[in-house]
Amino acid sequence: MTVAFETLQGILDSAQRENIPFWRVILQDDCAERSVSAQQSFETMRGMYRAMKEADAAYDAQLRSASGMAGGDGEKLARFRAQGGHLVGDYLSEVMEKAVKMAESNACMRRIVAAPTAGSCGVIPAVLLACEAQKRVPEERMVEALFVAAGIGEVIAASASIAGAEGGCQAEIGSASAMAAGAVAYLEGGAPEDIVHAAALALKNMLGLTCDPVAGLVEVPCIKRNVSGAVNAVTSAQLALAGVRSVIPPDEVIDAMRRIGHLLPACLRETSQEGLATTPTGQQIARRMRG
Amino acid sequence: MNVFDIIGPVMVGPSSSHTAGAVKIGYVSRKLLAEPIQKAEILLYGSFLATGKGHGTPLALVAGLLGMKTDDSRIPDSLRIAEACGMEVTFGEADLRDAHPNSVQLNLTGVDGRRLEVVGESIGGSRINIAGIDGISTNFSGDYPTLIVHNLDQPGHVAEVTSMLAHKSVNIATMQLYRASRGGYAVMVIECDQEVPRASIAWLEHLEGVQKVTYYSLKDGE
Repeated sequence: MTVAFETLQGILDSAQRENIPFWRVILQDDCAERSVSAQQSFETMRGMYRAMKEADAAYDAQLRSASGMAGGDGEKLARFRAQGGHLVGDYLSEVMEKAVKMAESNACMRRIVAAPTAGSCGVIPAVLLACEAQKRVPEERMVEALFVAAGIGEVIAASASIAGAEGGCQAEIGSASAMAAGAVAYLEGGAPEDIVHAAALALKNMLGLTCDPVAGLVEVPCIKRNVSGAVNAVTSAQLALAGVRSVIPPDEVIDAMRRIGHLLPACLRETSQEGLATTPTGQQIARRMRG
Repeated sequence: MNVFDIIGPVMVGPSSSHTAGAVKIGYVSRKLLAEPIQKAEILLYGSFLATGKGHGTPLALVAGLLGMKTDDSRIPDSLRIAEACGMEVTFGEADLRDAHPNSVQLNLTGVDGRRLEVVGESIGGSRINIAGIDGISTNFSGDYPTLIVHNLDQPGHVAEVTSMLAHKSVNIATMQLYRASRGGYAVMVIECDQEVPRASIAWLEHLEGVQKVTYYSLKDGE
């Protein structure tokens, strides 16, 4: 039995060789890695899905973060959506709303599921929970989709990075977006090939994204970037489901992300020494937080 | 890294390093003290000091000192809970040299008078490193049951401790030895694959030349 895949191709090969679905390859890998039964692994993942659902339901529009920058925007999106305000369809509107709500809950010290990180915790639940709500997908399928997301995330973590301090925001929101894209492609009946191309297409759109948070906090630009990561996941999945392919193979895209991450200067990797953090307003907020 | 490091952990935000890691440092420190805390002096350093307030780092450290885990929804209320429990908490700046950017020094006094000084580092994700205990450098993660024996630097103490572990069928995962000076004050830090029985720890405490034993158990409430 293999341990922790380092390439998406490795997952595809295993799925084909053993004639099992993509998600099951990841579950079996977890069983081998942690010495647990298939049922234990599945139930642990179900617990993660339910924790995401609880976190979404527990959103409190009154909460504000310690800096005062975060809170209440999820409620604005909910109200806009309830009034029928749509530039996009209702599914994407719900995705946007849930992404902001989760990221705001995180900034306001509520319980969330890091996926893959706390700063990017809104992307995957937004895409999945909205899917379950709108398309009445059974919970088992949603848990399977989380295994798909986890497999993509494991590969990115093993061969590139999921830490903003190492690879910039492309490693956090970019990874979350790629994971969510693969998950939603699976939920919509995509083949394993569609899953990895959805992930690749999503990740390509996020390459080079810097991590320059104002006052060093997981708020600006992180919260709203969860929205773009989630929406990008959905559009990338739609491309892949329509048969569009990434010209650059998925594993090569991940390797490009790794190399770009190494080339990013330290001032744009979670140190708040450049970019949005050092704008006049960003510095003013940082001074206020120190005082 | 397993799949539940990718999807998970369930945690109170906003930051795995500045919030979840800080809770864990507090939690491990409380267990090392091995009695409820009467007084906690929390000295922040580096990024913990600079951006800790916005990340809830002080709240997270206190929550851990109260015995809360990283997914406890009471973390934001920890200061109020500490006050209600009669735990006295003060904050300041740590005077540490060349420490990890996310570091904290905790000076703890227990209800029965036991004292402990811990330096904890949050090293990425929610992983931590306990970098110092009572002024001696250490390196352990809080992922294993950990035995810390403070003794006089004289022959035989390592043998006494390791034969006790062998006798109790406890396998040693990692072992580190430190001393302040030859023949002076020494510390051994032993990460184990199994829990060390309480009675064996009490036995160690009474050995001649052993000054103090601290133990970090993975079991709840110990």
